[in-house]
Parts: sequence; structure tokens; C-alpha cells
Amino acid sequence: MTKQQANWSPYDNNGGTCVAIAGADYCVIAADTRMSSGYNILTRDYSKIIQLADKSVMASSGFQADVRALQKVLASRHLVITWDLISYYYNKQMSCPAMAQLLSNTLYYKRFFPYYAFNVLGGLDNEGKGCVFTYDAVGSYERVGYSSQGSGSTLITPFLDNQLKSPSPLLLPAKDAVTPLSEAEAIDLVKTCFASATERDIYTGDKLEIVVLNASGIRQEYMELRKD
Amino acid sequence: MFRNQYDTDVTTWSPAGRLFQVEYAMEAVKQGSAAIGLRSKSHVVLACVNKSNSELSSHQKKIFKVDDHIGVAISGLTADGRVLSRYMRNECINYFYSYESQLPVGRLVVQLADKAQVCTQRSWKRPYGVGLLVGGLDESGAHLYYNCPSGNYFEYQAFAIGSRSQAAKTYLERKFETFMESSRENLIKDALFALRETLQGEKLTSSTCTIAVVGVGEAFHMLDQETVQALINEFEIAGEEAPADEAAAPDQADDSESSATAADKVTPSDPDVAPMDM
Repeated sequence: MTKQQANWSPYDNNGGTCVAIAGADYCVIAADTRMSSGYNILTRDYSKIIQLADKSVMASSGFQADVRALQKVLASRHLVITWDLISYYYNKQMSCPAMAQLLSNTLYYKRFFPYYAFNVLGGLDNEGKGCVFTYDAVGSYERVGYSSQGSGSTLITPFLDNQLKSPSPLLLPAKDAVTPLSEAEAIDLVKTCFASATERDIYTGDKLEIVVLNASGIRQEYMELRKD
Repeated sequence: MFRNQYDTDVTTWSPAGRLFQVEYAMEAVKQGSAAIGLRSKSHVVLACVNKSNSELSSHQKKIFKVDDHIGVAISGLTADGRVLSRYMRNECINYFYSYESQLPVGRLVVQLADKAQVCTQRSWKRPYGVGLLVGGLDESGAHLYYNCPSGNYFEYQAFAIGSRSQAAKTYLERKFETFMESSRENLIKDALFALRETLQGEKLTSSTCTIAVVGVGEAFHMLDQETVQALINEFEIAGEEAPADEAAAPDQADDSESSATAADKVTPSDPDVAPMDM
């Protein structure tokens, strides 16, 4: 009697790639807008990026239904915490490092039926410096200078390693992970990454959505990608 | 109101058909420092007097933001008010999670009223000792509601609760017909005038009061001290253009001016009519 296998999976992978790069006083978060299932394209115009708070932006690839559910849960939990803890003592919004911990806890909460979401969280820390946090599906996270998640990450990460040469987080004394690149250079780098990933990864393409967070606020940019 | 044999718990009726514990809870609201609300077609203004226990302490928070489109001013037991604010905030968050749209004010006040009613019908509970002026905006316009400990709620054009609120109510009764079409600035001015009535001679400065506004295109927020002081200076320098007979405070029988705990003796009520029926 061979072991029974499930003939139905609660998960699906909608593909797509996310990237985030932290700078001295900015953070760039980018993701493509293609949503697919198997060899089919479901839509060419779906945003994987959401602003969670004043200075925190999250991009998630994976199973978009879980991503959407995660976004909603985070939005609610963020509000509850802001009301109960923050508004009584301070007059400000949740910081990015705090949001990073919240995201980790929210993911681990479903350790035994995970959100099939591969996240990068980008934003500005309490000192105004760019920060990027990268996650696995169950909430393990780390602050880094740059990160890539999703179907194109295997193509993009080695390229970013080559260009940004981020020091290892294990180094002592701790070295600054943020890139010395300017904001414009970082955006250009991101566009290059996606243009290349689109060439070889079938799940990445259509359009690139770029979100830039800096001291003057938040802005959005788009770039066309190959549609094949 | 006097002590009698039917007021020991909230689940006991009096022979006259009154629940004294609930009425006593409404008394607690009258003891709190004044809170005022007014609304126009597009804005709601909440104002309150800052009361502090002593010169050394900070004043109690009486206005709470519940969501971007709803805020509440309380009078009475502040702790009860804080707890109810947390409940309201939670309800707004959950509604938004389920429906991706803002909780209409009318629904929130009904939920609040039902919650208050529960406490009037359980022997192991006591009524909330706080009155809430809920001001908010939704698809059907700007609204101001008053929720009392009895579980009743009413919609108002303008209202005042707490100690010496009668003076403010008199002012508001004179001017309320203009509020619907009022501009945001005039609405705030009227709130300040009404608030001044409750201070009975004490100086109105930005440190003795808190003002909050919510309106079309304007999320609920409290005005900062400089803005409030500027507004106060504006109309005080302009020669007190407050309606002439501001000294008139009809049925007012105030014990002492400075005591914040002075009971607001309302128009002599018919002892046979339960206050919550008015």
C-alpha cells in the first residue's frame, strides 16, 4: 500500500521578481507586474508592492492570494499596535525596523500553514538611512544592503553581489551595508537587473514598478519590460 | 436624586420604572469637564476643556482619534472612555479588513450603544460612566452623535456635555441654525465661543482647551496649540464679537466657579421622569 499523495495543493506560484536596494538616505523597492500560473499569464498589470507605513514598503512574490491576505493582516496589525502602543507615548508612525519584526512575527504565526510569500521590506530607519530586510516564507529575516526574491532572484542576486559588493553581516567590526551609490544610480541598476532577468526568466516581464522612499517622501516610477 | 432601596444594583427596577444605577452613571457624565461638538454639512468639530488634577500633573486626554474619519470626545470616567475608544478603533479596523471601506459612523454608534446596553442588564456589570460625543464623516455626510451610559444615542447638530455644559448649550441653541452651512473656520470659532461659556470667567487659552476637526478631505486630527491660540487671539482682539447676551446663563445654579467637580444643575427636572427619557 503506497502512501497517499495529495491531488490538490492549496498553493500556486504566481511568479514574479522583487528587488530592494538600500542607500545612505533612500531606499529603492521594485517588482515586475506580471502575474502568471503555470505557462499562462493571468495579467500583465498586477502590483506586488504595498506601502505598510510612513517609511515601510513591502514587495512580495509567490502566491498572490497569500500575499494579499498577508498585506491585509499586516495593515490591521499595524494599526492595532500603533493605537495601543505608539499613539499613547509618541506622536509618530511605526518605524521600519519595528515593521520588520512585525512582519516576521506575522509570518511565523502561520508556521504550520505558511503564507506562500517571499518578501522584501524596504524603507528608512530611525536615522533616515535606507534599510532592506529580506525574508523566507516563515519569517526568518535579516537586515541587508540589498536583496532579491522570486523567480528571477537566482539571476539577479549574483549580479547585485558583483555590483554592490555588500560586506558580509558576519564581519567584525560591523560594516555599513548600504550602498554608496546615488539614488539615480541605484534606480538605473534596478532597471538593468530586471531587463536582464526578463530575458531569461519566463515569469518575469511586462512592466517594472519602482518605488523610491527618501526624506522628501515616496514616489513611483514605471518602466516597460519585454512582454514575451 | 437621593439614596433609596432600589438603587443597589442595575438589575433592580424602581416602582416608578426607573433604573437608578443607570441614572447615577449619567450623573458621572455631568461631573466630568465639558466637551462640545458641532457639525456642518462637511465638517465636525469637537472641543473640550483640559482638566488636570493639580498644577503638577498633565491634563487628561479627552479627545480620541478612532479612525481617519471618526473621532470622539468624552466626559465622565476617563478610563471607561479610553476602553470604549479602544473598542471603537478595533471595530473600525475589523470593518476595514472585511469590507475595504470605512465603517459608517451610524453603525459604530449603534454598536457602541448596544455594548452600553449590555451593562444595564447584567447583575455582574456596571454601566459605563462616560458620555461620548462621536463625530465623523461617511458617505452620507458629517455626523455628530451622543452616546450615553444608558445605551441610548442621539444625533445632534450641536451638543455639549459635562460640567457647566448648560452655558454652552444655551449658546449653541442660539446659533445652531447657522451651523449646517457654516465654513470650517466659523465652526471652529463657534466651538471656541461655546467652550468659553463653560469656563465662566476663566481665561480661554490654547492650554486650557483642545480642539479637533474632521471633514471632507481632512482626516480627524487635533489642532496644535499655536493654531488654536491664533484663533482665540483673532476673535478676542476683534472685540469679543460673541453674541451680546453671553452673560445670560438661565437655569444655572453654579456652586463654585473654579471647582471642576461642581455638579451641573440642569433645568429642574421632574423627579418622576427618568432623565434618559428626555
